[in-house]
Amino acid sequence: MDLSAINPILLIAALMSAATPILLAATGELVVEKAGILNLGVEGMMIIGAICGFAVAVESGSPVTGFVAAAAGGAVLSLLFALLTQLTLANQVASGLALTLFGLGLSALLGQGYVGVKPPSMPDISFGFLSDLPVIGPIIFGHDPVLYFGLMLVAAVWAVLRFTRAGLVLRAVGENHDAAHALGYKVIRVRTLAIMFGGACAGMGGAYISLIRVPQWTEGMTAGVGWIALALVVFASWKPWRVLLGAYLFGGITQLQLNLQGAGVAIPVEYLAMSPYLITIVVLVILSADKSAAPGSLGRPFHASG
Amino acid sequence: MIRLEKRPQPSRAFAWATPLLAVLATFFFGGLLFAVLGKDPIQSILTIFWQPLFGEFSFFYRPQLLIKGAPLVLIAIGLSLGFRAGIWNIGAEGQYIMGALFGAGVGLAFYPAESALIFPAMVLAGAFGGWIWAMIPAVLKVRFGTNEILVSLMLVYVAEQFLASMSLGLMKNPEGFGFPGSRNLQQYPSAHNAELITGSGMHWGVVFAMIAVIFAYVLLTRHRLGFAVRVTGEAPRAAKFSGVNPGRLILFCLGTSGMLAGLAGLFEVSGPSGQVTIDFNTGYGFTAIIVAFLGRLHPIGIVLAGLLMALTYIGGDIAQSQLGLPAAAIQVFQGMLLFFLLAFDLFTNYRLRTGRTEAA
Amino acid sequence: MKFTTLLASAAVALGLGAAAYADGHEKTKVGFVYVGPIGDGGWTYEHDKGRLAVEEALGDKVDTVYVENVAEGPDSERVMTQMALDGADLIFTTSFGYMDPTINVAAKFPNVKFEHATGYKRADNVSTYSARFYEGRAIQGHIAGKMTKSNIIGYIGSYPIPEVIRGINSAFIHARKANPDVQFKIVWAYTWFDPAKEADAAKVLIEQGADVVLQHTDSTAPQAAAQEAGNVVTFGQASDMGQYAPFPRVSSIIDDWAPYYIARTQAVIDGTWESTDTWDGIGAGMVGIGEISDAVPADVKAEALALKASLADGSYHAFTGPLNKQDGSAFLADGEVADDGTLAGMNFYVEGIEGDIPQ
Repeated sequence: MDLSAINPILLIAALMSAATPILLAATGELVVEKAGILNLGVEGMMIIGAICGFAVAVESGSPVTGFVAAAAGGAVLSLLFALLTQLTLANQVASGLALTLFGLGLSALLGQGYVGVKPPSMPDISFGFLSDLPVIGPIIFGHDPVLYFGLMLVAAVWAVLRFTRAGLVLRAVGENHDAAHALGYKVIRVRTLAIMFGGACAGMGGAYISLIRVPQWTEGMTAGVGWIALALVVFASWKPWRVLLGAYLFGGITQLQLNLQGAGVAIPVEYLAMSPYLITIVVLVILSADKSAAPGSLGRPFHASG
Repeated sequence: MIRLEKRPQPSRAFAWATPLLAVLATFFFGGLLFAVLGKDPIQSILTIFWQPLFGEFSFFYRPQLLIKGAPLVLIAIGLSLGFRAGIWNIGAEGQYIMGALFGAGVGLAFYPAESALIFPAMVLAGAFGGWIWAMIPAVLKVRFGTNEILVSLMLVYVAEQFLASMSLGLMKNPEGFGFPGSRNLQQYPSAHNAELITGSGMHWGVVFAMIAVIFAYVLLTRHRLGFAVRVTGEAPRAAKFSGVNPGRLILFCLGTSGMLAGLAGLFEVSGPSGQVTIDFNTGYGFTAIIVAFLGRLHPIGIVLAGLLMALTYIGGDIAQSQLGLPAAAIQVFQGMLLFFLLAFDLFTNYRLRTGRTEAA
Repeated sequence: MKFTTLLASAAVALGLGAAAYADGHEKTKVGFVYVGPIGDGGWTYEHDKGRLAVEEALGDKVDTVYVENVAEGPDSERVMTQMALDGADLIFTTSFGYMDPTINVAAKFPNVKFEHATGYKRADNVSTYSARFYEGRAIQGHIAGKMTKSNIIGYIGSYPIPEVIRGINSAFIHARKANPDVQFKIVWAYTWFDPAKEADAAKVLIEQGADVVLQHTDSTAPQAAAQEAGNVVTFGQASDMGQYAPFPRVSSIIDDWAPYYIARTQAVIDGTWESTDTWDGIGAGMVGIGEISDAVPADVKAEALALKASLADGSYHAFTGPLNKQDGSAFLADGEVADDGTLAGMNFYVEGIEGDIPQ
């Protein structure tokens, strides 16, 4: 066993990258749930984003265009969910699960020609001498643009929800859609936009996996990350900064367990592999003293004359 | 202007007609998809829906419907109780795994002794395994108010790691030349959940699924507890006034769904599957969530939904091999079917009215 | 009552079906059961390339069918039965977990031939086949030992099963021969398939000082991580991963099932098929060694090619004594080679590897 082999600075830098797909998807889902909608289709939207982003990046040679396409792909798929739950008032849980099934299948069909292709790479942002600073260089100034975008997104979502009228309307719709409707807010429109935002974020999260973290296209490559993102929204009690905390915590434990394995720590591997999930539960139990509850109308269908 | 008007009562006629409409719509759009992929749409759809039921080899596929559908129904019945009461167990997959491990563990511990008591003991252990795994989120929720969605989901991943560890370690077949996976319980008569009538697909899991359906039906329509479940889901405040103890209800709903998922796992591992392996679980616990909602959380609906899902899996595999349709196309087709079933459900509770929109 | 009649009709139909198809049609029908999607870019992808090669080579004499994403257990049993009912003459079942289902179905269809990959149970109409990937690992180990500067070689494993452990041992033995100071760092992903986790594992190994990363997982994630790090050597796994050549990918192990699939299908067509146990390596072409790139020094490349030649012609075995087990007990005496049984079920590290195999 050689714990000195673990470099905490690199560990932190790595966990930030590992957490970004979950962070993007969970932030999007947070907005959706704040609007009172429970979309369990995150995994499906992520994988669609992963293939749309990958295909477009390969065809255009530009990862940035890829990310835009990923966001668009995720949003379009989420529109299907919006159609089902907002227009035809279908059950949200079942619609979300169906969306995941559909997305996994569709992504595999779309991706048939892209197995074994190498995408264009997205370089890290260069901060000049700052990137070479000890400690904070690799942690703060050594990443790709999308990672910073993810952090800004969390900040933006927090600010919008808290300080703007749009955020107020969104929260009102999520807390009590009947009251919001009575006040003259367009409940369905607000929710549809929120759902599409969530889809776009999930799509970008998926593309982060296929374009930056791995990078390649393989069927089903998101491998369950969407479910973790969903769980993190609950973990975060619907607070943006806690989503960030949760994503880094989860990413960090995953990284740490691999690091401990590499260093030869005498803990059985299977227990290390379980640890991110167990620790998430433990932290949640500790946090559950905080009684801030879910949005009041979460998961309930809304019909104007109902 | 077309608008929706809520029916005072759900329409019985539409409750039966909408699934048919949905299936027809799926035929149409699924057929388009298959045509785009260069396959004969009519033949594709016949292969998926007709062949397993009435085709040349339906004698083989019909029993397979029971084998594939039983675990889905068994799990979905349990989940539906909780879902009705607003208690979200989405970790049935983990409970399914733990039921299988506990049950198989008991069976393997007795190997090679033969006794008529071994299988019943395994059934109890399997039910216990699923129950105890569901009790973790239940107790945490009752005691600390911890969200059961997250805990039950996280425990799925924990159970999967545990399963891998068992397949590679403690339960590994000592005569398996070092390969992962347990002894095959199909070759251990006392522990084997064999078909009750050979070739029928009827094994104890199917029997238990039927019992669970009847149990749920009676509970929901006749029993005080079923009343508590329904009231809590529909009007939580009213439930409190009518004396429902929310803590006990959480323990009951999560416990029952865990137990049934555990039983499903046990019957699978001791019967059709036979072995504890790293990849033993195949997603029944998640698919059952869809089945529960597709069946509108009603016991009879769940049976139909479970069989329908099983049919698309079986027919889908046939279409893959006979027509060369990729598995992904089948998945998209299944997704479409679910979308249409969910969307058309609208007409059960609402009707379309033409006329001017009232200012709401 | 109803079920008994069904049963009777089933027995009749099964018997008749098999008999009728044995000589009833002209084209030989070959079925393939895949555990993953063809788009996995790894294990299943390579098996499907083998299937396409059969179509290519035997043209209109054969008809191939496949079902992908088939779960082990009852689903696989159903798919195999379905293929047999549909008149398949030969069925390849391409995952270890299909072992018992294959045996079960084969017992019901004595006239259909079955080929099960990586298993050990056979019957009159069930053959087994597997590849000696550890021969390729020996070559990788040698190159790795010669090219590492930090003397730390990272290894990403999926699950601790004999196949993976055998590869680790083989790579380690030959890395040590090339460079006595070599250490192995082993990280288990504990999943068959999660590219993001593989990427993490590769990055962790590189951060911990490994400048060569070997992988027993199929994604290109480690290649990309190595490319980013700049000075880390990798090897392609399952497929050539040539898109990362000449560096970081300096060579590769390629699963090449095509020669075997063509030969076995031909045997069924000719009526010469017999139940066998095939474990082929580099010599028979089942294990392909991807081109060793120019990033490898010329002398090392020459040594690696010589090693490949000696493994191919059988003059050298990758597990040749003297070798000890990790605990110091004797494994192979001087000049002794490991027998296939020991190799097949290998569940111990050889001497010099640190850490425990997860159990």
